Amino acid sequence: MMSTSNPRFSGYGLGLRREHYRDFLETQVPVDFVEVISENFMVEGGQPRHILRQVRERHPVALHGVSMSIGSADGLDRDYLRRLKALADEVDPLFVSDHLSWSRIDGFNSHDLLPIPYTEEALDRVCANIAMAQDVLGRPMLFENPSSYLLFDGAMSEWEFLAEMARRTGCDLLLDVNNIFVSATNHGFDPVAFLDGIPADRVRQIHLAGHSQGRDMLIDTHDSPVCDDVWTLYAEALAQLGPVATMIERDDDIPPLVDLLDELARARVIGAAREQRVAA
Amino acid sequence: MTLADLQQNFRSWLITGTDEVATRFGAGTSAGLSVYQNNYRTQLMGCLEQSFPQVRGWMGEEAFRAAAISHIDDHPPHSWTLDVYAQTFPATLAALYPDNPDLHELVWIEQALSDAFVGPDAEPLSADALAAIDWDTARLTVAPTLASRPATTNAEQIWTALQEGKPVPEGAMLAEPGGLIVWRRAFGAYLRQVDGIEYEALIELGRNGSFAALCTLLVDRLGEEPGVARAADLLAQWLTHGLIVGNG
Repeated sequence: MMSTSNPRFSGYGLGLRREHYRDFLETQVPVDFVEVISENFMVEGGQPRHILRQVRERHPVALHGVSMSIGSADGLDRDYLRRLKALADEVDPLFVSDHLSWSRIDGFNSHDLLPIPYTEEALDRVCANIAMAQDVLGRPMLFENPSSYLLFDGAMSEWEFLAEMARRTGCDLLLDVNNIFVSATNHGFDPVAFLDGIPADRVRQIHLAGHSQGRDMLIDTHDSPVCDDVWTLYAEALAQLGPVATMIERDDDIPPLVDLLDELARARVIGAAREQRVAA
Repeated sequence: MTLADLQQNFRSWLITGTDEVATRFGAGTSAGLSVYQNNYRTQLMGCLEQSFPQVRGWMGEEAFRAAAISHIDDHPPHSWTLDVYAQTFPATLAALYPDNPDLHELVWIEQALSDAFVGPDAEPLSADALAAIDWDTARLTVAPTLASRPATTNAEQIWTALQEGKPVPEGAMLAEPGGLIVWRRAFGAYLRQVDGIEYEALIELGRNGSFAALCTLLVDRLGEEPGVARAADLLAQWLTHGLIVGNG
């Protein structure tokens, strides 16, 4: 039985990464929440779970997964859901999120966020999988728009798919502004059309990250600071969405924590400027 | 193409990377397919490199990479966690290098340490509990993270030297076979090479938990007085190292 809706939370956070464990355990890091990769803590015991418990005592924690494979044609992995449920019950997270993508079929697992065709058949499958996941977890999830490098023929745009998915399942959205920019560049759509097309009232969290230029297209690498184009798009997003929990994702070439806090400060400034405009 | 067909074709593309499979996705998809193919193989290679840093150092970059590529080609991942993918690599190395027991033991060490690091939590047997034990009937429980295997080579010395950045000895057979044990105490994973008697004794204790049976085994191997003395020594050492976590 699904319970409460996801809270409206407008703080600023960072992803918790191993390089910064000591900072988070030994200092008062000025963030409003942290996000962890769920799978890193879906283990039986040891230091990872201990650290998460300690961090949870200091900060709200969002669980962000990469392996649910919500678009799998053959359904969800029950062992995975059971372990995620156990983690969520222990952490009492701010949000539980994953990606609108697939990674598993017929027992094969790609460990990558693979693209979904935006068709009615895929929408039916995704919605059935979300219903099952939310039922097991007992709470509505957030699903993130991934970066994509391949666009299949489909009846819908990505934003139309996301909107209908949210309407049918009651799930909320995690808007990755960098992913919008990467996919828009790779596939030639207008990122503002994406923002216009999603249901603003269902966005509960925003991701900001860096990308890099591949041989033929932009690649979502999370190994560099957020670029100016993505900051501009973030300001556009906030203008439409209002205050939304925002965080910086960094997964490679991880800098000292102070550098990420500087980036987060820029997000805070953009958010404050938006609030001042609204107040005026 | 149905969703299931598309995903099965995508799986075939990631595993094989052949032009025949790529054409199933139509024109204009080759650049995107290449990105996903590259992501897939890079992810798996990274998993193996991060899981076996000392094996990589021992084998050398070229040989390790060739073994990893062979593994990725022949063993597509199945679990939602990459930890499980790393667990299948030792079998590939054993098949590629059947006559290198030092390598087999070295890769076991790294895998066992990784498994112990995130294995089940358990509290070492407390001093209070120890004082209350009736040793004639005591049933002891070994740490749930304890893993063991026979040792025939100096892999433990090789791993330690690699880990500490010290000169690495040549691979060599042990004069007497023994055992390798790995376990976690608090948040540290530990490795020890033990002699044949201790290895047998620890396996016996793990099997039935009976201290009396352990004494019987050691008396059988060493004689009455030395056997009982060794049992007491071993138990004291295991308690100190956090290898005993409770009595059932």
